[in-house]
Amino acid sequence: MTKEEPLVAGVDLGSTYTKAAVLARDRIAGTGIRPTVVDLDAAAGGALGDALAEAGVARGALDMVVSTGYGRRAVGVAAHNVDEIYAKATAAKWLGSPWGPVRTVIDIGGQDSKVLRLDEEGALDKFSMNTKCAAGTGRFLEVMARALGVPLEQLGEIGLRSKAPVELSSTCIVMAESEVISLIAERRPVEDIVAGIHRSVADRVGNMAKQLGVLEVVFFDGGPARNAGIKAALERVLGVQLYVPKNPQVSAAIGAALVARDAVRYGRLPDGRLARGAEVASPADALEGPGAGARPEEGDGA
Amino acid sequence: MTLTAGVDMGSTATKAVVLLDGRIAGTDARPTGSDPEQAGELALKTALDAASARIDDVERVVSTGYGRRTLGLADEAINEINANARGAVWLGSSLGRVRTIIDIGGQDSKVIALDPDGVIRDFAMNDKCAAGTGKFLEVIAQLLEVKVEDLGSLSAQSSRPAAIASTCVVFAQSEVVGLIARKVPRPDIVAGIHRAIASRVVNMARRVGVEPVVVFDGGPAKNEGLRAALEAELGLQVFVPARPQLVVALGAALVAADMVGGGGEEVG
Repeated sequence: MTKEEPLVAGVDLGSTYTKAAVLARDRIAGTGIRPTVVDLDAAAGGALGDALAEAGVARGALDMVVSTGYGRRAVGVAAHNVDEIYAKATAAKWLGSPWGPVRTVIDIGGQDSKVLRLDEEGALDKFSMNTKCAAGTGRFLEVMARALGVPLEQLGEIGLRSKAPVELSSTCIVMAESEVISLIAERRPVEDIVAGIHRSVADRVGNMAKQLGVLEVVFFDGGPARNAGIKAALERVLGVQLYVPKNPQVSAAIGAALVARDAVRYGRLPDGRLARGAEVASPADALEGPGAGARPEEGDGA
Repeated sequence: MTLTAGVDMGSTATKAVVLLDGRIAGTDARPTGSDPEQAGELALKTALDAASARIDDVERVVSTGYGRRTLGLADEAINEINANARGAVWLGSSLGRVRTIIDIGGQDSKVIALDPDGVIRDFAMNDKCAAGTGKFLEVIAQLLEVKVEDLGSLSAQSSRPAAIASTCVVFAQSEVVGLIARKVPRPDIVAGIHRAIASRVVNMARRVGVEPVVVFDGGPAKNEGLRAALEAELGLQVFVPARPQLVVALGAALVAADMVGGGGEEVG
């Protein structure tokens, strides 16, 4: 099955949120975001349904769905799946930036964080990821927002008001949570605590990025990229400006949709195999933990 | 008559031991709460009451633990590695030469390696990550709605400890929620958590080297299941003193006695 103008979708089943993107005529026609629930297939169906509704497309009209993310194998509607490192890299190349080609992708997920480096052609060059420790992930923000009694979405603007961010001595969430509770008891201004939390996440992720080596343009991705306080803190740590795409949460889903598009268009998957029923082999499958993923073999088909 | 006291101002609990002529005459342990100095004063007073002694009779008070500098009553503050070594060697001397101390605290864990003559050779400490500390037990107990004190007996009923893939306490919490949802028996979950903590702490212990006699102390050492998991992971027997959370305070009281030259030397 090959087709020049395929109608495709990508579904990113993440540890915290499930995202979907519908791609029509090489444009993002619709997106959907739902919390990941115990019934993974239902979460995928819900997010995909939202994206289809926004695109004004019936499910039956889709030529192909490709899934990604830690629950990618649970997406029944997907013909293929691809690991999210590949999906992110593909999306970052395709989405690009107003400042030129993307060379570094920093992604903070709900329960992990990753840094990807792309070569001059936009192909994945190397990456590192943290799936072992909740510090430096969206989970850190979630736990702290709860401890502070502040809605997660408001952390960004609150933190930006701070003139004197606190210094958290603990890296570990569990210990930092006790620290934050003591800071609240000491009546430290909320904005200073929030700014300190942002710095903690930024330090952790920034160190990982520095170890891999940061080249501009830097694409900042994942749900927490919507938090302007994290973005500012990370820019401060790295000394570079970050580019946040319009829908930072859905880029892996967009990447999966691009894989679907090319599979329909050229009849091949990223690993070069024929697109039909086959799974994209990924060395990441041997890894454990949410969001485990690694670089797939570079294919000749895409 | 030599009367000394040691106060261990820990992150979670504050402990005091009063030593009279080389014997433990009074003890106390209480939550540290938000005012460490007050907790230290109260612990000391309660231990003195138990010893039927007054603060004026005490020749020297030595404080230790992370809040040791906050106790105004203390004549001296020493670090808890030294205090722990002094206390553990004294308590363990009936078993032979104590060469390794594994201490799991409320928010940290330490391994101390000793020379055959009891001098500290090396130590390792984790105070950065809650995995491998008492905090892990606390979080899981809360999640399972059981008391921390009951975790040991609960895990004794396990026949198939659950595998816990996450190192991080926060991720393990989610994992345990999943295990509960899949109706994995609680004893198996708890036994799995004990294994996870033991494996973390033993990894650290191997870095400094483990030799018998091994003393296991700190509040979580009261947990029989954790002790069994440590023994399985180490392949060695582990000695837990009668009141393992008091070892560091005892060590401080012994150091206080050493300072005034008053008879903490002999085996108690």
